[in-house]
Amino acid sequence: MDQSNTASVSSSNSVSESIPPRADFFKVCDFNFYYGKKQALYHVNMEIPARQVTAFIGPSGCGKSTLLRNFNRMNELIDGIRHEGDILLNGRSIFDKTIEVIALRRSIGMVFQKSNPFPKSIYENIVYSMRIAGVNTKSVLDETVERSLRGAALWDEAKDRLHDSALGLSGGQMQRLCIARAIANRPEVLLMDEPCSALDPIATAKVEDLIHELKKEFTIVIVTHNMQQATRCSDKTAFFYLGKLIEFDVTQKIFSNPAEKQTEDYITGRFG
Amino acid sequence: MSDTTAERTDFLARATASGSGKRSFGNKILSIVCVGLAFLTLIPLCSIIFLVLKNGLPLLSLSVFTDLPPAPGLTGGGFGNALIGTLLMVGLALVLATPFGILSAIYVNEYAPASELAKTVRFVAKLLTGIPSIIAGVFAYAVVVLATGGFSAWAGGFALAILVLPTILLTAEQALMGVPKSFREASYGLGATNFQTIWRIVLPDALPAMMTGVMLAVARAAGETAPLLFTALFSQYWIQSLKEPTASLSVLIYNFSTTFDDHQKQMAWTASLVLVVLVTLANISAQVVFRKR
Repeated sequence: MDQSNTASVSSSNSVSESIPPRADFFKVCDFNFYYGKKQALYHVNMEIPARQVTAFIGPSGCGKSTLLRNFNRMNELIDGIRHEGDILLNGRSIFDKTIEVIALRRSIGMVFQKSNPFPKSIYENIVYSMRIAGVNTKSVLDETVERSLRGAALWDEAKDRLHDSALGLSGGQMQRLCIARAIANRPEVLLMDEPCSALDPIATAKVEDLIHELKKEFTIVIVTHNMQQATRCSDKTAFFYLGKLIEFDVTQKIFSNPAEKQTEDYITGRFG
Repeated sequence: MSDTTAERTDFLARATASGSGKRSFGNKILSIVCVGLAFLTLIPLCSIIFLVLKNGLPLLSLSVFTDLPPAPGLTGGGFGNALIGTLLMVGLALVLATPFGILSAIYVNEYAPASELAKTVRFVAKLLTGIPSIIAGVFAYAVVVLATGGFSAWAGGFALAILVLPTILLTAEQALMGVPKSFREASYGLGATNFQTIWRIVLPDALPAMMTGVMLAVARAAGETAPLLFTALFSQYWIQSLKEPTASLSVLIYNFSTTFDDHQKQMAWTASLVLVVLVTLANISAQVVFRKR
């Protein structure tokens, strides 16, 4: 654990030296969100930096997944939702009329709590985003499959069974396949909604190592219930409680010296 | 130590002795009643199969599939035209009802599940599954037979289509509901449109279950007599076009079983046997052939 922690710090330093992270990659401006009459988010303001890992923590129902699912407008699959305020991606509103939600989701990869590979081959799972974009050239697809599987640290385990069903993989492999699928289309952002909550510790460690690797290329936002995981993989941490953003700061600061009493109570296990 | 052991055996003894004799007696009676009733329900089913086999087998030969129905007083003959007529009209019914049923189910389940239209379609479909088949026949008589000026295979196929449409729609909707929500989320999350998600992910996964519904519809339609009496009527001859009266197995059984001609009655039994086998095959294939996963 300590090892991976120090690794995280050192790699974040090296990246921040080479590419200065934009502090306002995602900018959330006075954002309110409602499921029907129930308000789920209250006046959230935050700036998510580019090419870093931002962790969202907080007790169940605190709104962290809701906010995550607003970044690629996945909440719009639900009836009766409504929002106020705005979310900017690279300075542009994602709710702008001229933004196509399809294009937005293509540039934002998403990994879900429960791994959800399609009942197709490993190969077809990964090239799905290419095929729906109309790319069918075999050499491009082959290249994408290898790049994505290597990116998700699954190439060695899967290269000899690319055309077997994805449902034959183990739970941890399936989740890494879903990560490979999410990065196949070279998105800029990777949203992860409790990606390790259904995995055993070994598979979790592999996914966490992967997150360290991936943040060199992607901006990552991860929702987690596991506070050790937040300390291990994230650069910044946001603590949500009852739909409000209580505190948002550098991860080490949040966990060693939180400014808010509620944050301290939560991370020390006094509630939640 | 020995105390507790003694207590325990005492407890066990009480457990077996007190009152539980009565309870296990009641239990036995109930299970005997259940098993007995289960056997009773088998009796009508088995006797139907036994009767159909006993009376249908003697005349069963290759020629009953290739010959025309015998006239009264003659021997030989078969019901080749009726078999073809049944297959043809069931086929027509599927061609008419399957696209309607499946596309409606896609609308109802995928596009606007909470809309008033979807609720209405679902309600009407459920209502229609309970409507007597003769009503479907009368409706097809009014809409097709009167409009076109005669009985025809088209009218028969239309009546059967009306009859099986709700079954196909509702089973297709069930099939779509069985596709995990996580598949749809993954697809939308990767930037797929509604159509791409349905066509590439949802439909392939729902197809086996949808086909089960279609095969159940085949089984239902093949055995129906009432809707065909008003619409396709019957014919002694091989079918020449879809616009003329057409024979079917079920109407042939109905006609022949009510005559005084013994040979025709025998032929009705044989046709029943063929129909039962046909329907059984459709039912079995609904459960076996399309059971993927």
